[in-house]
Order: sequence, then C-alpha cells, then structure tokens
Amino acid sequence: MKGKNSAGFLALIIGIIATPFLVTNDYYLGVLIFAAFNSLACIGLCLLMGYAGQISIGHGAFVAIGAYTSGILTAKLAWSPWLAMLCGILLVIVIAFCLGIPALRLKGHYLAMATLGFASIVHIVVVAAVDLTGGPSGIVNIPRLDLFGYVLNSDRQYFYFSWGVVALGIYIAFNLINSRMGRGLQAIHGSEDAAASLGINITSYKVQVFMLSAVFASVSGSLYAYYVNYIDPGPFDVGHSVLLVTMVAVGGLHNIWGALIGAIFLSLLPEFLSFLSEYLEAFGIEYQPDFDTLIYGSILLIIMLFLPEGIFKGITGSMGSVVSSVKKSLGRTAGREQ
Amino acid sequence: MSNSILELEMLRKNFGGVVAVSDLSLHIEKGCVTSLIGPNGAGKTTIFNLVTGFVEPSSGQIKFAGRRLTKMKPHTIASIGIGRTFQNVQIFPKMSVMENIMVGRHLRSRAGIFYSSVLPPFLRKEEKKIQEAAEKQLHFLGLAQHAHLPAGSLPLGNQRMLEIARALALEPRLLLLDEPASGLNARETIAMGELIEKIKQMNITVLLVEHDMELVMDISDYVAVINFGRLIAEGPPAEIQENRDVITAYLGE
Repeated sequence: MKGKNSAGFLALIIGIIATPFLVTNDYYLGVLIFAAFNSLACIGLCLLMGYAGQISIGHGAFVAIGAYTSGILTAKLAWSPWLAMLCGILLVIVIAFCLGIPALRLKGHYLAMATLGFASIVHIVVVAAVDLTGGPSGIVNIPRLDLFGYVLNSDRQYFYFSWGVVALGIYIAFNLINSRMGRGLQAIHGSEDAAASLGINITSYKVQVFMLSAVFASVSGSLYAYYVNYIDPGPFDVGHSVLLVTMVAVGGLHNIWGALIGAIFLSLLPEFLSFLSEYLEAFGIEYQPDFDTLIYGSILLIIMLFLPEGIFKGITGSMGSVVSSVKKSLGRTAGREQ
Repeated sequence: MSNSILELEMLRKNFGGVVAVSDLSLHIEKGCVTSLIGPNGAGKTTIFNLVTGFVEPSSGQIKFAGRRLTKMKPHTIASIGIGRTFQNVQIFPKMSVMENIMVGRHLRSRAGIFYSSVLPPFLRKEEKKIQEAAEKQLHFLGLAQHAHLPAGSLPLGNQRMLEIARALALEPRLLLLDEPASGLNARETIAMGELIEKIKQMNITVLLVEHDMELVMDISDYVAVINFGRLIAEGPPAEIQENRDVITAYLGE
C-alpha cells in the first residue's frame, strides 16, 4: 500500500478503534457489526466487478455457504469454528472454480446469469434440505468464536474482531491490486487483446479473482453465523445478492474504499429510515414499510444519475475540485497583490 | 529456407463468404526485417491475427521455430516468443507508462494470487526485477521522462513507441508490428525506422505491415506483396520495386 491508500488505511484503523467508545448503545454496535460482514463481502465483490470487470449476482449464495458450512459443522458435529470456517472457504473455492470456468471462458456477462441461477439454487436447497440445513427453522446453538482460547463474548470484542478482519481484507485487496496480478487485471480492463498478446491468460485471471471474491463472501457468512449464533434461509435469498451488488455500485465500482463506503451506507440506511418513520409519525404521517423501497430506489437513481462513479468518487472528486478552485482563487489574489 | 523462424503453409481464412487469406505460403527468415505490403483489405492484418492466435485458420498451418501454432491461444503464443502491436494502438490508457511496460514483463515473472495478496513482502525481489527491466525499456525507447504519466495522455507517436516497448519487454524472438508508422509525422517516422533497425540488431526477427513505402524499402531485408489474400510477389526491396504485378496491384491498369 502506498500514498493516499495507506493514509486511508490508517484512518480506517483509527475509526475502528474509536467507534466503540463513541457508540455505546449495544443495538447500534450490532448494526455496525453487520455492516462489517457486508463490507467484507463487498470488498471481494469489488475486486471482481471493478477490477476483473465481471458481475456476480450470486455472492449472497457464497455468504450462505460460508454461514451454513460453519453452522452445520460447529452446531451439529461440534467442530472447531475456525476449522469449519476453513472448510467453508475450501468449499466455495471449489464451487467458484466449477461455476467460473464455463461462464468466464465466454466473453460478456455470462457469469452474472450463472451466478443468478446459482443463488436461486442455493436458496432452494437451504430451504428444502431440512435434514442438513434445518430448512426454514434453521440451525441453532452455533457457538461463539474464540480467539486463542479467549471467547469473543461481548459485542465490543466482536466489533473489533470483525472490523479487524475487514481491515485485513482491505490490506489483501490492495496488495492484489498493486501486484503483478493486479496490473494484469487492469490490463485486461484496458484491452483484452493487448493483455492476451502479452501472455496474460484472461480466463484464468477472471476465475482466480472470482474464487478470491467468493472466499471473502464465505468468511463474511461464517463470521455472521458465529455472531448471531442462529441461521435460517431468510437473509440469504437472491435479494441479498442484489443488495451486495448495489452496495458496490453505489459506493463506486473501481475503488475498494468506494465498496466499503457503499456497504456501510446501505447497511446503516434502514436505521436512518426507522428514525425517519418515528419522526414522520410524530407529525401524524403513517410510515409504510413500502416507503423503504421507494427511498432505496430514489437514492440509487440519484446516485446513478449524478454520481455515476459512486459516492466515493463523487465526494473525493468534488472535494478535489473545491480544493483546486480555492487554490486557483488564492493564486489569483496573490498575483494581484504583486 | 532452413533458416526460417516462421512458416505459413497453405494458410487460408474465410470470413463467411469472404476469403481474407487464400492458400498463402510464406517463410520468414530469422534475424531479418520482413515487410508485408499490399492494398487496404489485402489480408495483412488477418495474417497477423492468425499468427498470434486471435483468429483460427480455416485451413493450412503456421509453424513457429518448428512448432505448430494451430489451435494455440494468444497468451500461449506470446509465451513461446511472439510479440505484437496493433494497428489501432492498444495501450492501457489509465495505467502509467511505466506500468504499461511492467505488464509486458508478465511472462518473465511468476507471482500468483496467493503471494500477491497475502504475502507481498516475499515478492519484493521480483517486483524490483520487473521494475528494472521496465526502466531499461523506457530508456531504450526514450520514454523515461514520461514514466509516471497516464499512457492515454501521450501523443500518438509516443503511444506507438510505448506499445513497442511493452512488446519488447516480453523479450520476444519474433515481433509483429502492425503499421507502426501510421499517423506519425515525418520525424517520428524516421525515428521509428531507426528503432526497427535497433530491434533487428537485438537479434529479434521483425515482421512488419506498413503503408509508408519509403520506410518499407529503407529498412526491409525482404518484402512480400499481398493482394486479395494471395501472395503476388516476394523478394528483396529492389526487386519488388521493379515488379510489374506489384505496380499493377498498386496503381491499377
């Protein structure tokens, strides 16, 4: 990591350390922990969407596989949570490989279709395979995660742990972007023909990034399972996959920080909306749950229309132009004085 | 010709009903600059795409240093030592000039996804080597002062130089240049000619498609003339200039 990114990373670490001191309410801390799970999945998805130029509408399925592998192996077979998480990782690597090879050999957005189908299949299996997954009633008694024999009992501990994993994920993502492979991916983005003419195996690169992004999603699912200690099919429908894609798109496809900001923004939005509903009710306006969809849609529309490169680029870009125009006007006044 | 590095044997490519390359046989001699010339649409770029695996031949075969290239993917063909540039420059516009060339070192480095993402300190040595090799190319092509500019901001002449630098970073044995002088002014064209001479001196075989006849006749050891996908003449530049078929093809009758 270099320059602005390492400064951003430092800011993130300080933010992580400071937040539990500012947010003392357990409920809101819990919301922020969920934001960490989404962030982790979105960082992986951003590598796939922004850097390999492929869309997955099935990352919720990889989150589900991570969560269910962890849930089944720990609650039913009493495995160590860490080993169960590792099994989830290996499983999604194999699945992503099998799914990615045929879909990514073809040009265009076949991966989006394949993953969309895959997400529906996983959701159906999770609901229907009652013996394995507990069906609609889910899996209970998933243990908490321990760190070197020290069980992460409080929300504050889990907050630090899960956001620590997010920081690690960001570190990994930036390493990849600034490596030989990252340059290869950017090259593919610039011109597939030129990249191939330099010996880059385009299919292999895309499949590898797809596999890595599935690992991020799986870890996020495992952490989710160990935090709520109970999983059911509810949160793992296709809608969740679409939400993850939306988070990345809202934040900014081509930037890891954008994905992080998009994930945090859309994870916290429901809380703001419930604030809003209380406020409106005080004025005698009844807030309908349907309004959520309306507000989500409007926000997405506004961002796509006015900040097509995402919130992150939008904010940093306008800040940059403010700074440069201030500099310019300062330069002008300085020139006049001379 | 026993000293040939690239052999095209009865090569044919049909696009639907259009015959782009028609049963063409041609041997490219090692260590020489060979030019493919011919009117627009004669099939020159298609030959480049066939050699580099971007399109598959309808029939016939291509041998590079004794190996058959048929059915090989472009990235595999690059890995056995064939570099190329494109008629409409294909640089990576958002990456810096330096990074563009570093991509060219892809096949000369090995870091995979695991070490790249999780343990980058172990790759410091390799990264340094990639950088040094790229810097060498930058200096060779005279692009050093632009190293950190985005490649897309360079003028066309420099973009063409950059594309060649990137292909040279591969350390190819055969370099295919598709109209390297098109869009260049007179001075840039002379510089391009000098560069191709230098590449030849590095013991890299050059296959050139070019419309600038002065440049072609100046730097080529051997010229092959193609019209309607067929080879109509081949020989040293002086002979080609006198050839009646060639004059007819270019000027019409």
